Amino acid sequence: MKYVIIGNSAAAAGAVEGIRSVDAESETVIISKEKYHMYSRPLISYYLCGKTDLLRMKYRPDDFYEKNGCTCLFGETAVKIDSVKKEVLLESGKAVSYDKLLVATGSNPFVPPFKGLEKVKDKHSFMSLDDALELEKSLGKDKKVLIVGAGLIGLKCAEGIKDRVAEITVIDLSERVLSSILDEEGSEMVKAHLEKNGINLILGHTVTEFTENGAVTDSGEKIDFDILVTAVGVRPNTSLLTDIGARANRGILTDSSMQTSIDGIYCAGDCCESDDVASGTSRVLALLPNAYRQGEAAGISMAGGNAEFSGAIPMNAIGFFGLHIITAGVYEGETCEKRSDGCYKKLFYKDNLLKGYIMIGDVEKAGIYTSLIRNKTPLSDIDFGLICEKPSLMAFSRKYRNEKLGGRIQ
Amino acid sequence: MKKVYVNEKWCLGCHLCEYYCAFANSGEKDMVKALTNLQIHPRIQIEEANGISFAVSCRHCDEPLCVKGCITGALTKKDGVIVIDKDKCVGCYTCILSCPYGAISHSETGAIQKCELCTKNAGGVPQCVKGCPNGAIVFEER
Repeated sequence: MKYVIIGNSAAAAGAVEGIRSVDAESETVIISKEKYHMYSRPLISYYLCGKTDLLRMKYRPDDFYEKNGCTCLFGETAVKIDSVKKEVLLESGKAVSYDKLLVATGSNPFVPPFKGLEKVKDKHSFMSLDDALELEKSLGKDKKVLIVGAGLIGLKCAEGIKDRVAEITVIDLSERVLSSILDEEGSEMVKAHLEKNGINLILGHTVTEFTENGAVTDSGEKIDFDILVTAVGVRPNTSLLTDIGARANRGILTDSSMQTSIDGIYCAGDCCESDDVASGTSRVLALLPNAYRQGEAAGISMAGGNAEFSGAIPMNAIGFFGLHIITAGVYEGETCEKRSDGCYKKLFYKDNLLKGYIMIGDVEKAGIYTSLIRNKTPLSDIDFGLICEKPSLMAFSRKYRNEKLGGRIQ
Repeated sequence: MKKVYVNEKWCLGCHLCEYYCAFANSGEKDMVKALTNLQIHPRIQIEEANGISFAVSCRHCDEPLCVKGCITGALTKKDGVIVIDKDKCVGCYTCILSCPYGAISHSETGAIQKCELCTKNAGGVPQCVKGCPNGAIVFEER
């Protein structure tokens, strides 16, 4: 048996660990466009603000490949899969044969066709380590930065470079920051916190035209900048699989073992879709914990073991300038809300189930809420008044606690 | 492997486990010196209401969502014990988002903290168990 993995991030790590839990021996090849040891992409903003460094950013230890018997083809880009010959063709002209293949190609930044964008000399995306290293070269205490996109990536970038530049302005077409994960009240709170920390926000507007060092917005406002970062969104890298007819919507579709519609080819991570338990729909959930667990399930399945990936929900833990935010699920149904000094919490529930939640400031024990969504725990089985007040195991039955804390099945 | 188990019927709600935990992880040799005038922040925490109380600490799960979700690789499972590399942790709190028991918390250093069964301190065996006066927390094989 020969396993081939295209990609070298969280899903690939999960796949290698999944494969080795079943098959300790067989050849495993990793094809990686980037030349780096497996690193954590969400850490690039932490790298720029000095909270981590290139050594500590490694997602797995230095001996990971050796210990797991992996051959790495660094700096090689897969351009085509031949599912009949069972080969992956590389840009360099080489071909890599496989018995089982995992496509874990992630996603790429999407840059809309802004007028005049080609005139901007110092422009960046913010997704990979190379992006961060390139951006770092441009930083300077006298530089003004414009970031297009007030989502997770754009705002994390802003935080990461805040102390290394003169001024940062973030513009977004949405009226709200983090509109994909927060409600109006939550967005307001985070917006105020960002502004307090010196980030200029222009919301509800877009750039209509760029010049070499400036942008004009739809309201006619002119913004000067030295550095431009575009963080409008990402798109799953699906073409290797869609080119050979694999079933796909926005992302590649798989069964619960992570196998695509093509026999022997699996898919995991940001390039595939998951069954979202909270919304009951299939969608791309580009989240690192998902990627790892999908990769692990794929790896076990590829090696002939039994694994099912399930329990995916949208979820995010993120923080800006010391303010922590944890959110999960979907924001549907009735709500219960709590506010206290600097903290905000809202639970969303419907049909006797917790569907989603937002916690800002105080995020302790958030995972208890996450598990209620993920496990579809009927709210009638727990003390709902207590759980609205705060996440606690006290709200569960004694039987549940005896089982989970006491280690007894009764 | 041996784990910490809780028998809530025996829990007095005395919070001694919390103090023994905080002391064991303080690095100090003298308990009074370690804890005097200090708001303790233990890795085992008592939940209590309406006459019911019980201690909650890491379950060292077989399917650890915290380890699998950790964005840095700072959380790992070694010989059955889930441990945190505080040097690698950036405090993103994805583990707090993931833990179904609320057993992971923030720490003063910015990294997260959790029960490591006293494998990294001078205690050697879980000090919460040693300090429990009523046998409500045990460390055993099940």
